[in-house]
Amino acid sequence: MMGRTIFIDPGRCIGCQACVSACRECDSHRGKSMIHLDYTDEGHSVASLPTVCMHCEDPVAPCAEVCPADAILVTADGVVQQADTTRCIGCANCVNACPFGVPKIDLQAKLQMKCNLCYDRTAYGLAPMCATVCPTGALFYGTAEELQAERPGVQIADTFTFGETEVRTGVAMVVPADKVRWPVPGGLPVVEINGKDVRR
Amino acid sequence: MTADPRPVVPLDPSLAPPGTRAFRDAGGIPADRWRADQDGETLVPTHCCFCGVQCGMYLRVDRGGKVFGVEPRNHDINRMRLCPKGINAYQQVNHPDRLTAPLMRRSRDEVFREVSWDEALDFTVSEIKRIQQAHGNDAFGLLGGASLFSEKTYLVGKFARVALKSRHVDYNGRLCMVSAAGANKLAFGIDRAGNPFSDCLLTDCLLIAGSNVGECFPVMTQYVWGARDRGASLIVVDPRETAIARTADIHVALKPGTDSAFFTSVLNVVVEEGLTDEAYLAAHATGWEEVRAKAAEYPPSRAAEICGVPAEQIVQVARTFARAPKAMAWHARGIEHHSQGVENCLAVINLCAATGHIGKPGAGYGTITGQGNGQGGREHGQKADLLPGGRSIMNEEHRRQICEIWGIEESELPPAGTSMMEMVWQMQRREIRGLIGICNNPFVSLPNYRVVKEGYDATEFHAQFDFFLSETAANAHVVLPVTTWAEDEGVMANAEARVVKHNKAQDAPPGVRTDTWVMCELARRLGAGDKFAFADSRAVFDELRIASAGTVNDYYGITYERLEETGGIAWPCPSTDHPGTPRLFEDGRTYHPDGKIHLQVVEWHPPMDPYDDEHPMSLTTGRTVAHFLSGNQTRRLGALVEQTPRPWAEVHPSHGFRNGEPVRVITRRGSEVFPALVTEAIRPDTVFIPYHWPVPTAANALTIDALDPRSKIPEYKVCACRIEHAEKIDEVPAPPVAPGQVAYPEAQVSRTDPLPPTAPQGRGTSERS
Repeated sequence: MMGRTIFIDPGRCIGCQACVSACRECDSHRGKSMIHLDYTDEGHSVASLPTVCMHCEDPVAPCAEVCPADAILVTADGVVQQADTTRCIGCANCVNACPFGVPKIDLQAKLQMKCNLCYDRTAYGLAPMCATVCPTGALFYGTAEELQAERPGVQIADTFTFGETEVRTGVAMVVPADKVRWPVPGGLPVVEINGKDVRR
Repeated sequence: MTADPRPVVPLDPSLAPPGTRAFRDAGGIPADRWRADQDGETLVPTHCCFCGVQCGMYLRVDRGGKVFGVEPRNHDINRMRLCPKGINAYQQVNHPDRLTAPLMRRSRDEVFREVSWDEALDFTVSEIKRIQQAHGNDAFGLLGGASLFSEKTYLVGKFARVALKSRHVDYNGRLCMVSAAGANKLAFGIDRAGNPFSDCLLTDCLLIAGSNVGECFPVMTQYVWGARDRGASLIVVDPRETAIARTADIHVALKPGTDSAFFTSVLNVVVEEGLTDEAYLAAHATGWEEVRAKAAEYPPSRAAEICGVPAEQIVQVARTFARAPKAMAWHARGIEHHSQGVENCLAVINLCAATGHIGKPGAGYGTITGQGNGQGGREHGQKADLLPGGRSIMNEEHRRQICEIWGIEESELPPAGTSMMEMVWQMQRREIRGLIGICNNPFVSLPNYRVVKEGYDATEFHAQFDFFLSETAANAHVVLPVTTWAEDEGVMANAEARVVKHNKAQDAPPGVRTDTWVMCELARRLGAGDKFAFADSRAVFDELRIASAGTVNDYYGITYERLEETGGIAWPCPSTDHPGTPRLFEDGRTYHPDGKIHLQVVEWHPPMDPYDDEHPMSLTTGRTVAHFLSGNQTRRLGALVEQTPRPWAEVHPSHGFRNGEPVRVITRRGSEVFPALVTEAIRPDTVFIPYHWPVPTAANALTIDALDPRSKIPEYKVCACRIEHAEKIDEVPAPPVAPGQVAYPEAQVSRTDPLPPTAPQGRGTSERS
């Protein structure tokens, strides 16, 4: 996990979409929001969950790995940048590769866009726009120590499993203190590939 | 990554107190070394125009002097946080729907035409004179708004009484928190929250009653979660499982309209279990014996039946609240919007007082104001029964004091008027024949739409000040285009009674005037110009300070300069070296002459709209996070419309609806069809509809115009209804003016304006430190 990063705490999310509006106001892709908000338990509860780019560390950003045009750069501090506009061919490989469903393609412009951790702000020591405004702290920007100082006893996870595959991310999730599971299941397990059962 | 040179802002409440300490910009926007220098952009520090939290924000102003964006600001209240309304608020400043010339028509059959200010004001004044000469001064009324700066609300009250010489003035805060105001005044002799938001971080138990904090005051949630982080227990009393209720230790999903029975029963348990603070009560309260005797009539078994919640839950709430070393109660419209709103608030106060949770850091009560200036908007004479400084218009001494300041004879000062809804009834009966509306939109926000429409249609003359053509303005004879909050300066008092200063970020568009200028100009034409010789907001504020001096709502020590130096000052603040009063009753004294809390006996009664076989369910209304009040502002902002494009009816799965199916909601006032939002997060006997939209999807076409007898607040939060399957969902009407278009085809543009321009006002510092 990188030093200062975003921590997502779904337990605090009130579904207000301030992050979505703030992301739209951020200068690096003004007018488009790179966050989405999911209602995880619709019909039963008002629970919601914001998703930003998780800035995968290991394996290094699947989106960048599969990019045929080498348009997605990962900076030394672990930020997975959005596609370089001079290189992106809008093929959507990154969209298919991302286990978290983050990158978006602007079909008209044939360009990929995604959260770049507000590089224009973080490079100047500011928090990303979404984490700055989040009224509840469901998106927190800082170090793990800062988070723990503010929220005693908080538990975090930065490793997710997708079937057999483990992904370690630069952005971390806050998980319930009494239910720490390492790693956190990230989605449905992979059962078969091309008709072949890949379960052990 | 470069090292962060800025100090980290800790969440230690002692470092971020409300009131007078200089607010720190540490961790704020480095305007001097960042984008501001690259683009010639300036950041103007101000506050959000919407709810009672009053978040600090910077408006981004380009080199041409136009507002074009927002930046978070590390103000004490919100510490950079903003909700979606705050983030998008700047978009209304230069919105294509802005009215930029007065609109006029001689009868409602005609279409509007653009006219000069002279013509619009002359017509308005001639109509005022005509109506008052024929039917008396009281035949003309004035309705203000609680989103106005305090200076403007002061002017509204003065204008009605001195220029119009009419008793009929009231404001839309009457729809907001007057029940809490009435209860606080009865119990404590002062009308404001007892504790600042930051006290939540010091408490051991937080009780939130009838407040959807997550959607209506999202930025306050950080204080609620902050309390939780420090181990405080959270009790939420709400018929719906809101975002706050979802993680509460105890969520009391009571039946709408039964709050006072619930809280009195909690008090019953507190008494039964010996958890009262008898020493505190003996020293600081009157009326306790009567209150205790009444509480004995509400054992949990009885209240459980009335409220539809388990009796054990009542016991659990009582123990959790009373046993906590420090406990706080916050409440909002959920318990105030009732025909027994004052009783509901008094029941909460009784509980706080009986357990001794008053006037200490982390212990007390608070009411969360809905509108930006819901608190300040009523303090200086905009309310029918109040004069500046919270003085009573019925009190001889208070009347004399104000007449002296205003320079009028006491006989000239009219008596108390009636409340907003009562004024509409008087319009229906043609007792009020002319009306000026400022900063309100009753066609969406008042209950029982049909009555409201009839009342307004019956007026012979109606003028409305607004910067968008609201549903109410579209019914007027004259619409006067006025400034937004970003084009003027002034103060507002937030839910903590902390007075904050809004700064001017851009000049008003040509043709647009400040409300101050319009009121002063109308007064001049009505012959009261000498009493309204105000050049700008600062001049009004200086008179307001003097007019409030020595009262409970004392603003005398608050100056624009002090507000700019600090993060806001909580009143009372009697002198310019006084630090303000963020927390009340720390010395154990209330604002009654005897210094005691006057506890009041509370008796529960059923809601005014009775249930029967035809209407067995409760309809309750409220807000969504993306929209504000009548939606006149937020229903025009693309991102917010996208987030919540239309209203819905929230129903429990037990009724057999599928998500999105048309559900007809029928009350005794009418019926409307909404898409169903099927969720277990609501009681099976309750339906919820957000109220921000006009007919035919207006929740307020269904609600009842019953009033609390003391506060005169309408009973929005409960009326009897039934639901049925329907064929087709009612369409959401298009905005009155399509974005970017002018909807008055016969417009006669008359931009040459012989009147002097509105007075220049100080633009806030750009904070280039």
